[in-house]
Amino acid sequence: MKSNNQPKIVCQNISKVFIQKGSQRVHVLEDISVDVKPNEFVVILGPGQSGKSTLLRIIAGLETPTTGTVTLDGKEVSGPGADRGLVFQSYMLFPWKTVLGNVELGPRLRGIPKKERREVAQRYINLVGLQKFEKHYPHQLSGGMKQRVGIARAYANNPEVMLLDEPFGQLDAQTRYFMEKETARIWETEKRTVLFVTNNIEEAIYLGDRIISLQGKLPGRMHATYEVNLPRPREQTEMKFLELRQKITDASELVL
Amino acid sequence: MAYEQVKVETPLVLRILPVASILLFFGVWQAVVELKIVPNTMLGSPTQVMALFWEKLFEANPDGAVLTTHAYISIIEAFTGFFLSLIVGVPLGLLMGWFALAEGLARPIFELIRPIPPVAWIPLTIFWFGIGIPGKVFIIWLSGIVPCVINSYVGVRMTSPTLIQMARTYGATDWDIFKKICIPSALPMVFGAMTISQAYCWTTLVGAEYLAADQGLGYLITMGRRLAMPTMVLLGMICVGLTGVAIGIIIERIEKRLLAGIRR
Repeated sequence: MKSNNQPKIVCQNISKVFIQKGSQRVHVLEDISVDVKPNEFVVILGPGQSGKSTLLRIIAGLETPTTGTVTLDGKEVSGPGADRGLVFQSYMLFPWKTVLGNVELGPRLRGIPKKERREVAQRYINLVGLQKFEKHYPHQLSGGMKQRVGIARAYANNPEVMLLDEPFGQLDAQTRYFMEKETARIWETEKRTVLFVTNNIEEAIYLGDRIISLQGKLPGRMHATYEVNLPRPREQTEMKFLELRQKITDASELVL
Repeated sequence: MAYEQVKVETPLVLRILPVASILLFFGVWQAVVELKIVPNTMLGSPTQVMALFWEKLFEANPDGAVLTTHAYISIIEAFTGFFLSLIVGVPLGLLMGWFALAEGLARPIFELIRPIPPVAWIPLTIFWFGIGIPGKVFIIWLSGIVPCVINSYVGVRMTSPTLIQMARTYGATDWDIFKKICIPSALPMVFGAMTISQAYCWTTLVGAEYLAADQGLGYLITMGRRLAMPTMVLLGMICVGLTGVAIGIIIERIEKRLLAGIRR
């Protein structure tokens, strides 16, 4: 590990233009610069249609930026890789594999022996609280449990950076709140550099060390950055929590 | 219990109707022959077919083999062709679905050969293989391979692109993705191909035997025509139909078994 001042991820002046249906230009991101320190939990907050998922996909290496660069530990990102674990909004589990089979995907692809990868998978299944569900298939799990599998799978691949793309967007409000608590707990148990995309202000404040908000309506632009200096575990009804929420809400309304 | 097992009775009329329909069909058929509305040289009655069926179980003449031999030969031919088309067609289709090289090489040839009805190959096949089993297997193989290739190809093509992207973020290679994502995703389509391919094989079998054979159910039909025995033609037709249905049911059972773990 390098010294803590060295940023883990640096996005510099990223813009993205998609060409759709051969001739239609869609300007999705404009001049985004973000850097994330090691083991920092950064939330990218933006309304729908602000390009935040695209930004995450660029960092994951699934899209190439039209201009600008992404570097990880000083090296430019040129494609997807096991050093960045991505958790999808739509879970994306293999329906024909059990929880264990899904979680051990990464180690299995890297050719790690069965016994060893079972141990790793089991450890993260326990971490996300899915012990006794190892043999279940995704269709037997609830939405929240499926996303736990997604998180365990990302962790089991031992990435340096976790990228979460609106992971709780498909969950009901109660489960979502519970999963946010779980995410905070898991992250504090095993710290990683995290980039978390969401459109939910409370979720952003509850989880983030730092919140980077994007301006809505395409193309997405940098809007504001908020440091969240609240002690963990946080309470959503705390005075300071509500003040920050008010501040972010007010600022967002001006833009919209 | 939230879910309770209840019995829903089908109305009596709906249960009787299918039986009545079949009885009526055979009754009219029998009557048409008995009353000489259609002469016996053109059509045999159901009872005559039944009698010949019984006779042919033990009697090799006049066509040279007992019924079970004919059926056995046909089944062997159809299944050999069917398995060969699975063995070649499924891997070919799967590879074509994922690897641009395989698609680029194999697709044009496949599309060129595909529209030619397999029966059109019969004359060439006689030149190459004579009238023995290999020639018929070749024709059956040609007809069976088409749905295998198409279904496997489409199955791979329908693989969720997000699942593929997900695997890429875990450092999966093209070959990993093909093996671990494309093939499992394509399996329901591949099993579907089994049913379709088997039906194609069976249909083509009769055509193949009709022109080039000395044994088999299709040959029985041909002999019936040559000997001017409509009853034997009908017997051949019915046996082909029934065996086809039986094979279809077996394949469907196997398919259901295999898919139990996948289609949810």
